[in-house]
Amino acid sequence: MATESVTFPAALPISRPLVDRLHEWVTTVDHKRLGILYIGYALVFLCIGGIEATIMRVQLMVPHNDLVPPQVFNRLFTMHGTTMIFFVAMPIVFGFANYMLPLMLGARDMAFPRLNAFSFWLTAFGGLLLYFSVLGASGLYGAGNAPDVGWFAYAPLTSQTFSRGHSTDFWTLSLLVSGIGSIGTAVNILTTILCVRCPGMTLGKMPMFAWLILVMAFLVLLCVGPLTAAQIMLTIDRYLGGHFFDVQAGGSAVVWMHFFWIFGHPEVYVLVMPAFAIVSEIIPVFSRKGLFGYPFMVAAGLAIGFLAMSVWAHHMFTVGMSSSANTFFVMTTMAIGVPTGIKIFNWLATMWGGRIHFKVPMLFCLGFLFQFLIAGLTGIMLSAAPFDWQLGNSYFVVAHFHYVIVGGILFAVFGAFYYWFPKMSGWMYSEILGRLHFVLFLIGFHLTFDFMHIPGLLGMPRRIYTYEPGRGWDIWNLIVTAGVVFQGAAILVFVGGLVWAYFRRKPAGNDPWDAWTLEWATSSPPAPYNFAVIPVVRSRRPLWDLKHPEDPDWKYDQ
Amino acid sequence: MNASPMTMTAGELKWELPTRGRVGMFCLIAAETSIFVIFVVAYIFYIGKSLTGPMPREALEVPIFFTICLLSSSLTIHRAVKALWQADMRRFGRWWLATIALGATFLYGTAREWQRLIYEVGLTISTNLFGTTYYSLVGLHGFHVVVGLILLSAVMAFTWLGSVRHEHAYRVDVLSLYWHFVDAVWVVVFTVVYIIGR
Repeated sequence: MATESVTFPAALPISRPLVDRLHEWVTTVDHKRLGILYIGYALVFLCIGGIEATIMRVQLMVPHNDLVPPQVFNRLFTMHGTTMIFFVAMPIVFGFANYMLPLMLGARDMAFPRLNAFSFWLTAFGGLLLYFSVLGASGLYGAGNAPDVGWFAYAPLTSQTFSRGHSTDFWTLSLLVSGIGSIGTAVNILTTILCVRCPGMTLGKMPMFAWLILVMAFLVLLCVGPLTAAQIMLTIDRYLGGHFFDVQAGGSAVVWMHFFWIFGHPEVYVLVMPAFAIVSEIIPVFSRKGLFGYPFMVAAGLAIGFLAMSVWAHHMFTVGMSSSANTFFVMTTMAIGVPTGIKIFNWLATMWGGRIHFKVPMLFCLGFLFQFLIAGLTGIMLSAAPFDWQLGNSYFVVAHFHYVIVGGILFAVFGAFYYWFPKMSGWMYSEILGRLHFVLFLIGFHLTFDFMHIPGLLGMPRRIYTYEPGRGWDIWNLIVTAGVVFQGAAILVFVGGLVWAYFRRKPAGNDPWDAWTLEWATSSPPAPYNFAVIPVVRSRRPLWDLKHPEDPDWKYDQ
Repeated sequence: MNASPMTMTAGELKWELPTRGRVGMFCLIAAETSIFVIFVVAYIFYIGKSLTGPMPREALEVPIFFTICLLSSSLTIHRAVKALWQADMRRFGRWWLATIALGATFLYGTAREWQRLIYEVGLTISTNLFGTTYYSLVGLHGFHVVVGLILLSAVMAFTWLGSVRHEHAYRVDVLSLYWHFVDAVWVVVFTVVYIIGR
C-alpha cells in the first residue's frame, strides 16, 4: 500500500488536461519545479536582454549610425543591464541552487517550500513590472516609457526634475519587489543548508556546491538590504519630496553611489559564487579525481565573501574620493585576487593528473577557467586607482565586466545546464549540438569581448549612442558587432539542442556521468519526494563509497 | 543498498541540526539589519547638513516614557513565551496582552510626536534633510512595530479562540525573536536620533 501511494503522482500527469498541469506549475511548492521555473524564466529574459544588446551593437557597428535615436539607446542599455543582472543572472543561479541543494543534501525539499514559491513569484512579478514600464510609464506627464537612467541610476538623473513620468518608479519598484524575493530565497537557502542535511553530512562533508551557495546566500542577505533601503529613499525623494539625494537641499548624490555599490559589488560575488560552485562540481567529475584542497576551497570562498563586502567604492574612483579612501579600496580590491587565485589553482590541481573527459559541461568549465582568469586580470588592472582614472567609464570597463559575467558566469551556467539537464529532464542532450553551441559561443564571445577592450583603451566612453568616424574605433566596433552574430547563432543552437532532446527523448539514466554527489543517487527526473529513503553519508563522495565498497572515501576523510 | 558503506543505521549516528524556525528568523533579522544600517548611516551622515530649520535640538523632545514602554515589552514577551513553554495559558495570555498594550502605547507616542512636529513645529518629510532622515528612519522602525503588532494581535486572537496551545510554543518563541529585534533596533534609533543627533 505504501508503494502505491508513492508511485501514484508520477503516473498521473500524462492523462491530465493542460489547464490542470499549468495550475500545478503555478501553485507548486516543489523545489525542483520552482528551480525549473526560475531557470526557464531567466532564459526568457536572457533572450530579451540579448535582443536589446544586439540592437545596441548594430547601432554602434558603424559611426553616425541612426538605427535608434539617443533616447531609445539610453533605454536599451538601462533595460539590458537591469534585465541581465536582476532577471537573468540572479534567477538562473537561484534556480540551480533551488533544484540542486535539497538533492545534494539528501533532503526532500527546501526548509520553507511556500516561502520558496513566494520568492519566485515576487521575482517573476518584479521582471514583469520592469517591462510593463514600456506601456505604463508615460503617466500624467506624457513623458518617458522604459527607464533610461542606467542600471545604477545615479542621482540626480533619477530626481523628479530630470526623470519625469514613471519610468524610474517602475525601475525602483521592480528592484524593490524582486529584492524582497531574493532575500526570501537567501533565507531559505541558508536555512536549508544549516538545518535539513541528511544524517552524516556534517558541514565538512557537504558538496563544495553547498558551501559556495551558502556564501552566496549570506552575501544576498547582507547586500540586497542596502539596495532595498536605497530604493525606499529614492521613492521618498521622488514622491514625498525628500532630500536624500537632492544636492540643492544639502543632500548628496555620492551617497546614492555608495549605497548602490554597497549592493552592487557584493552582487558580483553573489553571481560568481554559484559559478564557482558549479565548476567545483563539474571539474572533479570530468577529471575523474576528487576536488583538490577542499578545506582551502571553503576558506577561500569565505574569504571572498568577507572581502566582497569591503571593495564597493572601487566603482567610484573617478568620482573623486579622498586619497585614504582610494588607497583602502585599492588594497581590498587587490586582496580579493588572492583567494580567487587559490580557487583557480585548486581547479587546475584537480585536473592535474586526472583522466579528463572533454564532454560539453567540462568544455564550458574550461572556457570559464581561462576567461575568468583574464577577467580577473583586467579587474586587477582596474583596481589600481590611477589606471581606473584613465579608463573608468570606458569600453575597457564594459569589456571587463562582460568578461566576468558572460565569459565567467554564463559559461559556468551553460556548463551546469548541460551537466544537470539529464537529471532534470531524464533525457540526454545531443553531444554534437552541445559542442557546436560551445564552439560558436566561444568564437562569438571572444570576437565581441576581446576586441571590446581596444576601443576602451583608445578612449571610447561607454553609453554613447554613436561616435565620430576617424578616431580609430570604427574597425573594432565592427568586429565587436560581428561577434554578436556568432553568439546569436550559438543561442539558436542551444535552443535547437533543447528541442532535439525533447523530441528524441534519449533516456539518460540516473547517473550518466558516474558522479559522486547525492543527486545522482535518485531517479532522473527525481520523484517529488526526491529520496524514497533518506540517505546516510560518511564522506564527501557518498556515491563513490557506494560504488567502491573496497576503497571508500570515509577511510581517508577526517 | 544492503551492506554498502554509504549507509549506516541511524542508531550509530547522533544527528541533530539547528531548528529551521530560529535559523530562518535570524537570517531575516540579518537582512533587516542591513536595511536599518543603511538608514542609520544616512541619518548620521546628514546630521547638521540641513540648510534650513527646524533643527533637531529645537524640534525633538526625548520620548523617555514611550521608550521605556517599548523596551519593557521585550521583558513581557519573554515572560509570555516562558509561560507558554510551561503550558500556563492564563499567564501567557496576560503577558502577551501586556506586550501588545506596550507596543501600542509606543506607537501612540510616535503618533503624538509626529502630530506635534507636523502641526506645531512645522517639520514634515520634505521640510529639510533632518525631516527627510528623521521621518524615514523613525518611520521605518515604526513600520516594523506595526508589522510586529499585527502578528502579535493575530496570536492573541488565536489564543482567545483557543487555538494556541503548548505545542505552538516554538513558533511563538520564533515570533518573539522578531519583537526583540524591533526593540533592539529602537535602542540604536533612539541613540542616534535623540542622543547623538540632538
